[in-house]
Amino acid sequence: MGEFTFPYFYNYPPYFTLQPVKDTREKQIQLWKELILRFCKHHKCFVIDLEGEFALFENTSIQRKLSFEAREQFLGALIADGRAEWLDKNHRKCLILWRRIQDWADLLLDFVRENGIELMTLEEIISGDETHGTELAGIDRGVLIRAVKILEQRGRAAMFKGSSTDDDGVKFSPN
Amino acid sequence: MEACGRVLQSVQLTASGRPSLEAGEVECQLLDAIDLEDDAGAWALKAGILTLTTHRLLWLDEKARRAWAVPLGSIGQVFASKKGLKSMFSAPRMRFQVWTQKDGRVSPQGSGGAAGSVVLTIVFKGRTGPESFVQKFGEVLQAQAWKVNMEAPQIRPTLDESAVAGEAGTSSVPTATVPRRPAPFKMNPAMAGVSGILRKEQEQQEEVDKNMKEAFQDLNGLMGKAKEMVQLAEKMRARLLQGQTAGADEEGMGTKQEMQDWMLSVGIASPVTKESAGALYHQQLSRQLADFVKDPVQRAGGMLALVDAYCLFNRARGTELISPEDLLTACTVWATIDVPFRLRKFDSGVMVIQSVSQSDDEIFTRLRALVKSGDAAKVGVGATEAARALGMAPALAKEQLLAAESQGFLCRDDGEDGLRFFHNFFIDISVATAFEDS
Repeated sequence: MGEFTFPYFYNYPPYFTLQPVKDTREKQIQLWKELILRFCKHHKCFVIDLEGEFALFENTSIQRKLSFEAREQFLGALIADGRAEWLDKNHRKCLILWRRIQDWADLLLDFVRENGIELMTLEEIISGDETHGTELAGIDRGVLIRAVKILEQRGRAAMFKGSSTDDDGVKFSPN
Repeated sequence: MEACGRVLQSVQLTASGRPSLEAGEVECQLLDAIDLEDDAGAWALKAGILTLTTHRLLWLDEKARRAWAVPLGSIGQVFASKKGLKSMFSAPRMRFQVWTQKDGRVSPQGSGGAAGSVVLTIVFKGRTGPESFVQKFGEVLQAQAWKVNMEAPQIRPTLDESAVAGEAGTSSVPTATVPRRPAPFKMNPAMAGVSGILRKEQEQQEEVDKNMKEAFQDLNGLMGKAKEMVQLAEKMRARLLQGQTAGADEEGMGTKQEMQDWMLSVGIASPVTKESAGALYHQQLSRQLADFVKDPVQRAGGMLALVDAYCLFNRARGTELISPEDLLTACTVWATIDVPFRLRKFDSGVMVIQSVSQSDDEIFTRLRALVKSGDAAKVGVGATEAARALGMAPALAKEQLLAAESQGFLCRDDGEDGLRFFHNFFIDISVATAFEDS
């Protein structure tokens, strides 16, 4: 995994000021949505905390950072697109779906098919040897569970409880 | 030429369509819906604006932009209006005799150089009756202000350094016709050299002091002094200009420039007042304002904040101050008459007087070029830089930046250095290809 390459306009100060003119702001929001998704995907980052520091939202080389209002706007736009979700009532923690749940489910199914796997614990999928180096490694637990549920509905998987949450697992029936 | 042109004097109009006045001439009263007729029926001017000034009687057709004048000096007898049955049913009239020269034109010298006379009639068809006009007419005729003005050119040379010396020999002859005239200087050794200049300066200072003291004793006195003050201002300006061409002393230059600017703004000799213009007040004020703001607007880069215009205008008017509402109304009237200015309100609520010739497109083009040039492309453009580039006040330059932003030409950076504007790169970027490099 190489360094994330920022687009050239990431160094333009106005990119960090919420633009008041409608057309300009819409374009700005689009550019930010795309950048957030790409950045999170690159860094396998699933949750952005509005109140915490987030590297993307501050460009120290030009000494500019997004205001709280701007962050809210951009994340809100992602949520409207179905590419993010609030994790709490207070709208402070935001789950970024840089890959849709549906696509995660497909990816998981393809993986078990290719490797002929029938049984895996959630932990193994997230950080096990089998998934190491694949796109599945490091998947958010919540996202994984929802992906598995989609497979359950399709009759391709069944969740089972283990003795502890670490042992919760999935039985796949890929074919 | 119209028939009346063989008798009356033609009058030049200002850009806004007001009659241009002579030096020292002051408007006393304005009436609309006035006919001016030759009693013998040779010609008649219908439904115009009649202006009584201290020097002339002016008849103006606003639509056709023509004006004619009868110098008050040519007026002989004024006939009392006949009280009769007829006068109850027709519009009020006033008849007066005008002396004419051999060629039939009005004779400004009065009966002296006159070869004959005609009788003219003013017909009052407006709502305002003739009573106050007739009274004022009498007052003005009695004051004979035009005679003072004819002497004026004789005063001027004494304001000039070189002429003072030339006149020294004859200075003992008092010119009684000019009241309150400063005593001419005699050439003597005490007046020579730097100390002489300083002394003269001091004498002038004392003269000014005296004038000020007298002026403040009562307001009527002040009004009487107003003209003298304007003359004084002009005199000082002329002297300053002289000093400048000679490149006299570098030190005083800044203050001189300041003084000169100040002097230039002194003196609308004949301010339009509610008293003189009555119902025509706002319209006439509007035209006078249009004439007045020409220079300041040009100097301010085609745009002048209304607040600044208010201050300049009132300072020039001296004692006849107008209210902000009157100014606003006067500016609004511009939309209905043909003057090269308009009132403009920015989204922020800031109001400015803008020259019609100044187009927003031109300003936007200049701003767009500005934000792309040199350092501005990196650090943006603030109100101060824009003001310098556009030659206007920072507050107005900021309005222009905001206007250009709302048009989508610029975008903003609200960082630690305050609000700065950049070329709107957002519009140039296509989201589909923006991230291809990354």
